[in-house]
Amino acid sequence: MANTDIKIKETLRSSELEPNFAEEITKHPGGEKLYLCYQCGSCAGGCPVGKITNSYKPRQIIRMALLGIKNEVLSSDSIWLCASCYTCQERCPQEVEIADLMLAIRNIAAKEGHAPKAFVEQATSLIENGRIPKITGLTQRRRTSLGLPELSPAPADVVKKIAAITGFEQLMEKLKEEAKK
Amino acid sequence: MNYALFFGCVIPTREPSYEASLRAVFKELGVDLIDLDKATCCAPIPIESLDFKTSLAIAAYNLSLAEEANINIMTICNGCFQVLSKANKTLKENETLRTDINKILAEVGREYKGTVDVVDYLQVLHNDVTPERIKENISKSLNKLRVAAFYGCHVLRPSSVLNFDNPEHPHILDDLIELTEAKSVQYMHKTKCCGGLLRGISDDLASKLARNKLFNISNSKADCIVTVCPFCFLQLDVGQLDVRRRFNETYNLPVFHYPELLGLAMGIDPEKLGLKTHRISTESVLKKIE
Repeated sequence: MANTDIKIKETLRSSELEPNFAEEITKHPGGEKLYLCYQCGSCAGGCPVGKITNSYKPRQIIRMALLGIKNEVLSSDSIWLCASCYTCQERCPQEVEIADLMLAIRNIAAKEGHAPKAFVEQATSLIENGRIPKITGLTQRRRTSLGLPELSPAPADVVKKIAAITGFEQLMEKLKEEAKK
Repeated sequence: MNYALFFGCVIPTREPSYEASLRAVFKELGVDLIDLDKATCCAPIPIESLDFKTSLAIAAYNLSLAEEANINIMTICNGCFQVLSKANKTLKENETLRTDINKILAEVGREYKGTVDVVDYLQVLHNDVTPERIKENISKSLNKLRVAAFYGCHVLRPSSVLNFDNPEHPHILDDLIELTEAKSVQYMHKTKCCGGLLRGISDDLASKLARNKLFNISNSKADCIVTVCPFCFLQLDVGQLDVRRRFNETYNLPVFHYPELLGLAMGIDPEKLGLKTHRISTESVLKKIE
């Protein structure tokens, strides 16, 4: 990913903010406690990713979400850099479910056409095969040599049907189109 | 004692030695494992990142398979454990979502009822099989070994959902390692993330996180690492080749899945445990315990 830092303007104009953004996040499972954040920074302090890069700052993302700086958050690569280790979620004194909140923000971003290629590829493989990694000849040979039975294909039809009902299949098509632009 | 084995998709396709050693060890310990033939991928965090509801519906489908067999699910992958536990808790507690998800599941001929629990295999070993019974099955002391226990994140956190152990100061894996009489060593940032989920998103950051883990472990003078999660295993085993290339640092630290270590202590042939499928040779450890 190339452009990981979130662009922030020096002056914020209220007319450019989207106050409904925070509300939208709180309606999403995992995002409910967003308003409880008092910006103490425990999340950023214990974040293993934040320790090795300036491109991921959970406190900053939450502050921007609260202020309604929607497009910058949703289009940034930064929201995809959370490694989902859940350390912040364990430590937050306000019990904001920060790691789950990042997932909520990502869900909204995906609907707006933003998602990393790697995740879209994994999702596509899941829809097509019922599993993310593919079964190869090497897989089967290694299994046989260890006395394990050959691996049968997973019921991909079930996943495909669920993905069609929830709109996931269409979402992945949209994200693939966006990636071509 | 029996469980529905949910081995996910990374283990059977890419890490068959984990599956083979787990099956061998559980057979010796007298735990029956029932395979869920119609299981799919659990729909882990990358899927949950894109659409929460799809992930929840796929997890609920898999939970319903165990419900039909009327048997608790035992996971061996941290990712599956976290995703299935989280889905189970959400659906048990949130009636609106349960109704919603069941409408989707009806289309594939299933229903989620909320009648089973999800447990990790370390909990089964620690709480159900019990350390006493495991000890009775150990025939070879690994007392010369210094082992770095590597829990991974998603067996521990979020603790409000998983209830596995202390989320930042756990002991279950250390206890299970010490049943073999090996020494479980302490090292810096023991429960910090391996970076596995950043693979494909930022390989640079993923490698840096793996490198930091290897650096801290090697400072503890451990002979090997023992992992629970298949993603941590990849980060640390084949990941050492990547770390060598990027940072010009060679660690040569063998990495074991926990059932492989236990299998060695139970006198199971290393060939059967599949140790040759690892990218970092395990020979140094095998020599040390001869």
